[in-house]
Amino acid sequence: MARFIVRRLLSMLVVLFLISILTFLIFNVIPGGDPAIRMAGRQPDPGQLERIREEWGFNEPVYVQYLKTMGQVFSGDLVSYSTQQNVIDEIGRRLGRTFALAIGAAVMWMVFATALGLFTAIRAGRVSDRLLTVLALVGVSMPVFWVGALMNYYLGFKAGIFPNGGYVPITDDPVDWFYHLIMPWTALSLLFIGVYSRILRSNVLDTMHEDYVRTARAKGLSERRVLIKHVLRNSLIPIITLWGLDFGAVLGGGAILTETVFDLQGVGQYAAESVDQLDVPPVLAVTLFAAFFIVLLNTAVDIIYAVLDPRIRLT
Amino acid sequence: MSVVEPLLSVRDLEVSFRTEEGVVPAVDGVSFDLAEGEILAVVGESGSGKSVTAMTLMGLTREPNARFGGTAHYKGVELIAASDDELRRVRGAEIAMIFQDPMTSLNPVHRIGDQIIEQIQEHEGLPDQQARERVVELLERVGLPRPAERVDNYPFEFSGGMRQRVMIALALSCNPSVLIADEPTTALDVTIQAQILGRIRALRDEIGAAVILVTHDLGVVADIADRILVMYSGRIVEQGTLDEIFYDPQHPYTWGLLGSITRVDRPRLRRLPAIAGLPPSLAHRPEGCHFRPRCPHEFDKCPEVPPLESRLEGRPHHRDRCWLSPEQKRQLREVSAGQIGLDPKAGVEANERRSGAGRRA
Repeated sequence: MARFIVRRLLSMLVVLFLISILTFLIFNVIPGGDPAIRMAGRQPDPGQLERIREEWGFNEPVYVQYLKTMGQVFSGDLVSYSTQQNVIDEIGRRLGRTFALAIGAAVMWMVFATALGLFTAIRAGRVSDRLLTVLALVGVSMPVFWVGALMNYYLGFKAGIFPNGGYVPITDDPVDWFYHLIMPWTALSLLFIGVYSRILRSNVLDTMHEDYVRTARAKGLSERRVLIKHVLRNSLIPIITLWGLDFGAVLGGGAILTETVFDLQGVGQYAAESVDQLDVPPVLAVTLFAAFFIVLLNTAVDIIYAVLDPRIRLT
Repeated sequence: MSVVEPLLSVRDLEVSFRTEEGVVPAVDGVSFDLAEGEILAVVGESGSGKSVTAMTLMGLTREPNARFGGTAHYKGVELIAASDDELRRVRGAEIAMIFQDPMTSLNPVHRIGDQIIEQIQEHEGLPDQQARERVVELLERVGLPRPAERVDNYPFEFSGGMRQRVMIALALSCNPSVLIADEPTTALDVTIQAQILGRIRALRDEIGAAVILVTHDLGVVADIADRILVMYSGRIVEQGTLDEIFYDPQHPYTWGLLGSITRVDRPRLRRLPAIAGLPPSLAHRPEGCHFRPRCPHEFDKCPEVPPLESRLEGRPHHRDRCWLSPEQKRQLREVSAGQIGLDPKAGVEANERRSGAGRRA
């Protein structure tokens, strides 16, 4: 176990290193990627450009620029090219919002998907199953920005049931915090609920035909116990992997559309705005931040996986 | 074999499944009694309805597409019409089952001890420590080495034979009166097979449980059964004691089954004898005797269903479903010296594995 974790941490460093190089290079080769031109404003004179390049080190070789930037990432001195604000501070300011969105939504979609998947599997082939299957497909097919916009318009703007976007810190007012997050959570969860419940449904149906489930019934266990202890536990194992990856991505700012539609000012939205400005430092930092969470959650999932299924050995 | 008060009494059991091909009758009027402490073998090939019969007694065939008829009385409970809750109290506690494939019959993600404790606690509500002690004791009784350590192992840490022992321990954990073993040795190799059968018989002797042994292998039956039911295409075609079936079989299908056993006390045949043809599709069975299309002795009476009845003087419990007279049967059987009903063209190439798996006669 300890060896497994050490190895995973080492491989995490390699992954982060490669991602940082890739991100940095991409922004150096795309057209219009020269930050000096944008920083100089409209119709700059060449001397101004030269001064900016000199000042920010844009005239140095790429690898020197990379090393410098990475040094700033670790020292916390990374500064945005377009706003000149400290990137690490900016991310820190938005972290709570992204975490609130990610954790709440991950719990929500897992709970609802489990309930829905189990229910449709038990009712497989009946009207309720077919109806919910169609609903799940609708959920999968609806893009977040569209659902979010509809919710904002109808539930927020027209009906006034929920606040029309925005965020209130939990420390200020927990109830208002929750109230503000209900729509973002729901919008983000819909797609995942659709996908997860479909996968779980087919897993449960497969598992119900396993010999060991017949054994469980032959023991005289109640149907509820058979379902929860013998069917659900085995059916959830593949879902957990998926959940870890998706949760990691959302934690790392992957819910860009949701954050933007509901104006949550989270890390994802920050990344989107920075990409818009071709602002390398924040994009680099957010990418590393996201990759860190994905790799971390992936490792956590592998450990959970081994706990759930004793046949899996961590090496 | 005088049956005073049968432990389990099955009458006119019918099971059919609704499928895309229409309603398929899997069990078609099966009746039998099981006496206390008796080992009853149910023999037949795939699709004969033997496993469905066994599983239906446990209610394990209950599903939306299944239809049931007939009765099965066990100690005042009628199992076929019983509610799920009534049946749950019988399952595992009164009637326990051992399944065919020990590799897949245990839940891979739970410790074997926990899987047995679960059953004990469901029926008897013992505290954890006591239940665990009983499990260790059970594992020892079924011949699992170092039971106190292995109780915390997972199924994947065991071999097939060991897992089947665990299954037996599970089945015995609540001292059931009836043990149903559905092809308990089919998935195991021959040496393990003998050990498992020996274990089942020893347990019958120790705790006095009656055993229903479902198998396609008459070799298995010869070792331990008291009485045999031969099933074909959903019906019992012959029933009698072990000796009656082995030494005076009445139904041509039984002759075929007996003929397909490799005997080490007879000259080795180049081809292993087999019964010609295939069992009928359950959805399209012939009128009358179901064995008719494969039977070399078919005559004009066969399109009528032969009743299961005693056709021999002084042997009321030896019954069969064949219109031939006992004299005809004796003649036909003797003419071809145990090879009646065999078609050499349809024979299966005898190979080392099969002949090795034959009956130790």
